[in-house]
Amino acid sequence: MEAESWVPGPPLSGSPPGGEGAAAAAQPGAPEELTFDDDEEDLEVFSKDISLTEANSFSPLMPTSPSSMINQYKFEDEPELRDLFIIVDDPESHITAIETFITYRVVTKTSRGEFDSSEYEVRRRYQDFLWLKSRLEEAHPTLIIPPLPEKFIMKGIVERFSDEFIETRRKALHKFLNRIAEHPTLTFNEDFKIFLTAQAWELSSHKKQGPGLFSRMGQTVRAVASSVRGVKNRPDMFTDINDYMETFTQKINLLDKISQRIYKEEKGYYYELKEYGPIHTLWCASEEELVDSLKGIASCIDKCCKATEKRMAGLSENLLPVLHEYVLYSEILMGVLKRRDQIQAELDSKVDALSNKKAEKDQLTEEIGNLEDKVECANNALKADWDRWKQNMQHDMKTAFLNVAENNMDYYEQCLATWESFLTSQTVDLHLEEDSEDRP
Amino acid sequence: MMEDCLSKKIEISVSEAEKRTGRNAMNMQETYTAYLIETRAVESQTEGQCSPPDSLWRRYSEFELLRNYLLVNYPHIVVPPLPEKRAEFVWHKLSADNMDPDFVERRRIGLENFLIRVASHPIICQDKIFYSFLTQEGGWKEMVNETGFQLKADSRLKALNATFRVKSPDKRFTDLKHYSDELQSVISHLLRVRARVADRLYGVYKVHGNYGRVFSEWSAIEKEMGDGLQSAGHHMDVYAASIDDILEEEEHYADQLKEYLFYAEALRAVCRKHELMQYDLEMAAQDLTSKKQQCEELATGTVRTFSLKGMTSKLFGQETPEQREGKIKVLEEQIHEGEEQLKSKNTEGREFVESAWADIERFKEQKNRDLKEALINYAVMQISMCKKGIQVWTNAKECFSKM
Repeated sequence: MEAESWVPGPPLSGSPPGGEGAAAAAQPGAPEELTFDDDEEDLEVFSKDISLTEANSFSPLMPTSPSSMINQYKFEDEPELRDLFIIVDDPESHITAIETFITYRVVTKTSRGEFDSSEYEVRRRYQDFLWLKSRLEEAHPTLIIPPLPEKFIMKGIVERFSDEFIETRRKALHKFLNRIAEHPTLTFNEDFKIFLTAQAWELSSHKKQGPGLFSRMGQTVRAVASSVRGVKNRPDMFTDINDYMETFTQKINLLDKISQRIYKEEKGYYYELKEYGPIHTLWCASEEELVDSLKGIASCIDKCCKATEKRMAGLSENLLPVLHEYVLYSEILMGVLKRRDQIQAELDSKVDALSNKKAEKDQLTEEIGNLEDKVECANNALKADWDRWKQNMQHDMKTAFLNVAENNMDYYEQCLATWESFLTSQTVDLHLEEDSEDRP
Repeated sequence: MMEDCLSKKIEISVSEAEKRTGRNAMNMQETYTAYLIETRAVESQTEGQCSPPDSLWRRYSEFELLRNYLLVNYPHIVVPPLPEKRAEFVWHKLSADNMDPDFVERRRIGLENFLIRVASHPIICQDKIFYSFLTQEGGWKEMVNETGFQLKADSRLKALNATFRVKSPDKRFTDLKHYSDELQSVISHLLRVRARVADRLYGVYKVHGNYGRVFSEWSAIEKEMGDGLQSAGHHMDVYAASIDDILEEEEHYADQLKEYLFYAEALRAVCRKHELMQYDLEMAAQDLTSKKQQCEELATGTVRTFSLKGMTSKLFGQETPEQREGKIKVLEEQIHEGEEQLKSKNTEGREFVESAWADIERFKEQKNRDLKEALINYAVMQISMCKKGIQVWTNAKECFSKM
């Protein structure tokens, strides 16, 4: 079993995040502004399953390519520390009288003592993942819980269960669980363990015990309300993080849109090239003298077309899912910041109450003491997780964009080789013709 | 033979284009473009001295007039085509407007190419009207019209009629017609799809330009990643900008193909002329045969075929022997004339076929050379584009690695 390619685990002692005041440099001669119409909201993520390999998967069904292995060893610092490995695969459709839904197989392999067995295989549906996420949020309101793929795709989706949709969702769910597994705190969460190990009926009964989704909603509503009021005593650090996240959210959304648009244009280009090449072959039929040249061009265009297909696959497998995940992350972070503010607001309001009511002084003082602890814990947890998140983000972005650059280089190098060999063949012919003309 | 060509004696160029306003035939104001034709004797160059060129201005309609004149007076020649009247096979960024500077520029080059082609043709380069077009500013239009070439032109209707009714055209011309249809069809298709490919390619490159802007804005909030992002963004801008030159060059390639698209029509014109001449010949032969038959019937008194005259003479009485002899004599004269005409038409036809076919062979060689060169040029352009791409993304990769 191959280790997964993930970012290094333990968070470093962080430097204060963001807030580098320098204004963005003025862009000389800004490129043509892209007009994003409403269609760009469409988050259709195409995932052409062109290559059998996937860097993130180590399922025995899917062979790992040498390049994905190289990826792993490039970025993996200490593979030996991992003791929990999870795969999400094998989507299956279930049809009942009431509904149709998909379940995914979740396979876990672990060497941890707290697990009764070293291998587990369960089936989970999207609802179950939602449940897990809400449980984690409740247990750790100021930790950054990884994002789940959206429930629906916003515009233009026809088939909720199209193969592409299911595959994209599967990959995202896989990532979700692995992110949790790597998180120093979340990985030991009890609900997480149950999610990975319990049989279907066990999970159902366990779910019924907990508070459920509604309390989470209540929490966030209160959180939003409190941040609207404004938190007076918010430490600068968190204001800085907030400011950073506002800009980051904007930029990541733009990058997501831009990248989707590039994919769309590349796809269009691919289809046009597919038609363009064969016309040259057709032309051969009426041109005796030009057959070699025309066939050569047709073949070159065909090869470039294949190279384009590969480039597109690279986008849809690497950059697009990463950017999309961070779009979701930015929403999550805003939520986390609000929840922290809300915890602080609870403390602040008690402190205010203390200065007004002299009567219940002792009780209030005790409550304040508890809340102060709560605030301190929340702040520390968030701070540590923020540093960790920031590091991961930098790493993921760097990796994703490096991958884009490499894919483009490969693409152009392939095309270059094709055209150069065509040119060589043509000029060789020319020289032969010239030589034969010189001879008497 | 090539030594006789005008192109060896004088250097021709269409060096400038200028917007003009004037009044047209209906006294309405119009805007048009005028092109400067410069000619310079080749010898004056080799002496190491560059004497100033002679020059005059012409507009597109005058080029059209010249070409129509050549078409009528040299029907056996594949007359080089003019660049397109209106922009076709346009993709979204390209303007379809005739006054657009890029269109005007490409037309200027096309017109120059036309003049050089004519000047390089061993036969039509010697035409006096062509020479005056290059050298005589005033009164040229009147001179052309005075040749009365418009009257010599075959009517389209006549030509169409001949195409459908001709019985035994030379097979080579029939094949040539099919070839020119195929050539036109395949090049049109190719140009249409190429335009769509260009459109998409433009989109891919230009959208990358947005990365430049957003990376720059993002870099402002990033401590460690900032520099890498900012410089990568710059390379994205370079990438996005590079497509403009690439596609402009490709437009010239499209123009080369378009020239041969229009050449297909010139080939068809030669075929039509052959069909017309052949049909004319067949009609004359048919006429002669029927006259001979009439003569024979009158002479022998046998009526082989039904004729109104025969019937009326049966009904209303026979002709007198003198009348009959008179008729025979007239017919014999006509037959003699007809035989002479047929002979000369046959000769004309054969000469036409010979000279036309010689020019067609010349054209075929030219076409093969030119198209092969164009295709090689296309490959060269692709190579250049790939190299630029590798450069930009190598630079971008380096910036990303510093993130």
